[in-house]
Formats: sequence, C-alpha cells, structure tokens
Amino acid sequence: MPEASEAPSILSILSGIAKREILALQDYSLLSLQAVLNVFMPPAYWSDTLEQMDLIGVGSLPIILAASLSIGGVLVLNTASQFQRFGMTDLTGDAVSLALVRELGPTITALLVAGRNASGMASELGSMVVTEQVDAMRALGTDPIRKLVTPRVIATIFIMPLLVAVFDFVGLVGGFIASYFTLRLGAVQFWTRAIDALEFGDLMQGFTKPIVFGFIVATVGCFQGLRVRGGTQGVGRATTSAVVISSVLVLVSDVFLAKLLIYMFQK
Amino acid sequence: MSPTRPGSLRGLTTTAPGEPFIAFKDVRLGFGENEVLQGISFEVWPGETKVLLGESGSGKTLIMKLAAGLLRPDSGAVWVMGENVSEMAEDELLDFRRQVGFVFQEGALFDSLTVADNVAFRLREENVPEDEIEQRVREALRFVEMEPAIEKYPDELSGGMRRRVSIARALVDKPPLVFYDSPTAGLDPVTSQTIITLILRGRDLQGVTSLLATHRVQDAFGLAHFRFDAASARVVRADGNGAAAPGQNDSHPGIPPTNVLVLRDGAVYFEDAADKILHSTDDYLKKFLASAE
Repeated sequence: MPEASEAPSILSILSGIAKREILALQDYSLLSLQAVLNVFMPPAYWSDTLEQMDLIGVGSLPIILAASLSIGGVLVLNTASQFQRFGMTDLTGDAVSLALVRELGPTITALLVAGRNASGMASELGSMVVTEQVDAMRALGTDPIRKLVTPRVIATIFIMPLLVAVFDFVGLVGGFIASYFTLRLGAVQFWTRAIDALEFGDLMQGFTKPIVFGFIVATVGCFQGLRVRGGTQGVGRATTSAVVISSVLVLVSDVFLAKLLIYMFQK
Repeated sequence: MSPTRPGSLRGLTTTAPGEPFIAFKDVRLGFGENEVLQGISFEVWPGETKVLLGESGSGKTLIMKLAAGLLRPDSGAVWVMGENVSEMAEDELLDFRRQVGFVFQEGALFDSLTVADNVAFRLREENVPEDEIEQRVREALRFVEMEPAIEKYPDELSGGMRRRVSIARALVDKPPLVFYDSPTAGLDPVTSQTIITLILRGRDLQGVTSLLATHRVQDAFGLAHFRFDAASARVVRADGNGAAAPGQNDSHPGIPPTNVLVLRDGAVYFEDAADKILHSTDDYLKKFLASAE
C-alpha cells in the first residue's frame, strides 16, 4: 500500500521562505559590494556611466520639474491658511525651504527616480537575462556586473544630488508662485526667508540622503533585473518588485538617515 | 553502446598533443529534486566537431554552458583546453572565455548595439585599435556573408541572419574552440544549410574545434558528409565522416572525424560516427532518422 504523502508543515513552509529571503539578501549584498569594488579596479566603463547619467538625469528632468513645481505650490496652499491665522505669512519661505531641502526634495526625487529608473533597469537587465544577452556577455569574457551594474550605480549616485538640487529650487519657485498669488508675498521677502532659513546641517541632510537613495534605487533595480526567472512574465514581476522594494527601502532608510544626520549636524 | 575513446585526465594542465580539447568526467547537474545530467562523460579532440544530439530538455544546452564555464556542475569535472573550468573562479573564467566562441540558440545579440558593434564587442573589450576593429569586423561579417547589414540593428534582421551575425561574433577573434547551441533551431531548411556551411567553413578553413548541440540529425550528417574546399570555395562531399582526406585541406590536414553523441534522459545514450546512426537498429535512434525524413 503506497504511503500517503505528508503535507508540508507551516513551520517548514515558513523556514523555506525565510531561507529564500536570506539568500536573496545575501545575493543583493554581494552584488552591491561587487558593484562598488569594481569602481576601484580596472576596466572602468566610463562611456556607459556617462550614458546612464544622461538617461537617468536628463531623462528624469521633466517629471522632476513637474512634480517639484506642484509640490512647492501645494505646500504653500496647504500652509497658507495656518500662517494667515497667526499673522505669520512671512514664515512661508522658511517652511517651504526647510520642508523641501530636508525631506521632500530627497525623498520624492528618490521615489520618482525609483518609479522611472529602477523599473527601467530591472526591465532592461531582465530582458537581457531572458534573451541570454547577459550569458552572451559572460561568454565573451565580460563581467556583467562591471559592465551593466557598476555604471548604473555610479551614475545614479552622482545624478541624484543634482536632481534633488533641481527639485529643491523648482519647488521653491512653485512655492513662491503660490505665495505670490495667495498670500501676496513679495519675491524679496519670500526668497530671503527661504535662503536664510537654511543652515549647514539642513544642506548636509538634504544632499547626503540622495547619495544613499541613489545607491538603493540602482542596486535594487539591477538586482531585480539580474535575478529574473520565467521569461517575459518574470520581467514584469521584477519591474514591479524593483519599484516597490526600492521605494519602501528609501522611505524606511529615510527614518534612520534623518535621525543619524540630525544627530551629526544639528546638535 | 558508447565507444568512448580512452583518455586520461591525470595532471591535465595544458592541451598537450594526445590529450582531449574538452573532457567531461562523470558530470552531474540538477535543479532542486530534478537531476538533469546524470554522469555525463565524453571527450572532444583537437579539430573534432562533436555533435550533441538530443530532444528538447535532454540537457544539450546545459552541457554547452558547463563547457563554457557559464554553469558549474554539482559533481564531476569539466576540462577544457587543459583547464578545469568547474573549479575556476569567475574572474579566471572571464579570461578563459575570451579564448572560446559561443553561438547561442537565438543568437543572443545585444539588441541595443548595431551588427558592427555586436561583432566588435570582444575586440573593444580587449582594447584593439579602432581601425583594426573595423577591418576585422568586416572580415568576420564577410565570412558569414553579412557585410551589407553592418549598420543594422538585430531587430531588423531575420532569425537566420541573426545566427550568422552571432557566428561572426564568435569567430571574430579566431578562437580555437567554438560552442554552437542549436544554431539551426527554428530555421527553415535552406537557412539551416547556410548555417551548417558556415560551421563547415569555420572547421575546415580556420581549424576550429567545436561542440554543437542540435535536435536535428540532418545537422550531424551535414557536418559528417561534407567539407568546405578552400580551393574551389565550395562545399564538397567528404571522404569518411567529415574528415578531410590527406592533402585535401592544406591548412588543416587530417581533421578528425565528426562524431555524434546522443543524449537521453540526462545520460549519454550513444556516441560514435554519424553514419552508425544510419545503420542502427535501435528504436530510439531511428526516431531521429524518422524526424529527418
């Protein structure tokens, strides 16, 4: 009489999932480490890095401009009534400036870049995996991490602070336009307060975060692309995972980064 | 059933005369519970074309990838050109793979690069001067009769053209060993014959040793029964199983025969000259002949 096959226990299922996730974390860490170490060892693919900077930086500009202008404006629209209530409308520049530079600029830029570029990296590399282009690269004696991942990571890390700078400035312009029409604030009043409100620690916080966020977005995008299994459906899954995981990691790491940077620069 | 040549792997660190170019020794590979390759052993000798014949899923591509160091076996050893590729580190493998060519099943051309850039890829990685790259790329594309498509992108090419460009990319650096993974799969008979002719040219004009995976027995017969004659620049009937008769191929005299290795259920089912399949009474081998009719 044949033995009845035993159903797997919940414990074994959970342990299987945990092992898979730990293995994925290990693979991600190794990929990230290798991508960084490659910077210090030849050969370097600088033309690929510049091409990626163009794709990520220039390519993301339209959405950064539209989003930052809107967010700067809406910040003022939402806070204007409160400032008017207390007769403190001249603080509008301070509020917009601090919110944008310290928090909204880096975070929203990272989320936009994750949506546009982490997904792009995952789908591009994932398509290369399923069409054996990555294997072909290895067969031709080229390291895919060095050729595909490192340029994307370097490009994103360099471009993110620049995009954040653009986001902050255009966000302030949006804030000023909204202030001008709703609170009748003059340009000198708004911009003087906005600039004077910023201290060294704010700028350090605002421009350290994008470096970390850029690293997260690029490594997660590339990792999800290179581990694609299951053809075009797998590419779709990897694209979604890249955006979701990098966005969540950006938001979670933001909490710890904010605490650390406040501790370091604003004692 | 398998008349495997006797050959020792002891102390094999270079491909010395009398030693195989490729040697698989009891190679096993599985994914999860499923053991796909169950103790594969065979050898490929310098100048030989070994045809891996098997149905889809029989493990042909895995063997090609193991030989190129793109996969590692669970157990056993894979020796290629005197190196145990199953134990090499990835950076050593990258150097090793620069010595071999690999033609993937669907071509695996880089779709964001032109035909010229695809063929030039390896040369650029090796920092070859641009004027020399141009010359060698044109030469390789002329070899596969694809020079007019030099500026095209892969998505502008037919399946057969993509395979030809892939062969040019594999041969551009004149490697001594080339792996062809199902180079005729999904192609019409005329285009398949063109691809086989290119492989013959590589074998008979450049002396390339090759391992070719296919599910078409016609490919094995094409390689076994014909050779490319340099003098007349034509494919001619070969005397004796794909070997050029002495004096018929001045550049590479005495090329060893083309042999076939049939895979079944992850194991070597048959290994011998292609003609032995023709006269076999084995039902499984007859299936391949029936599919060719």
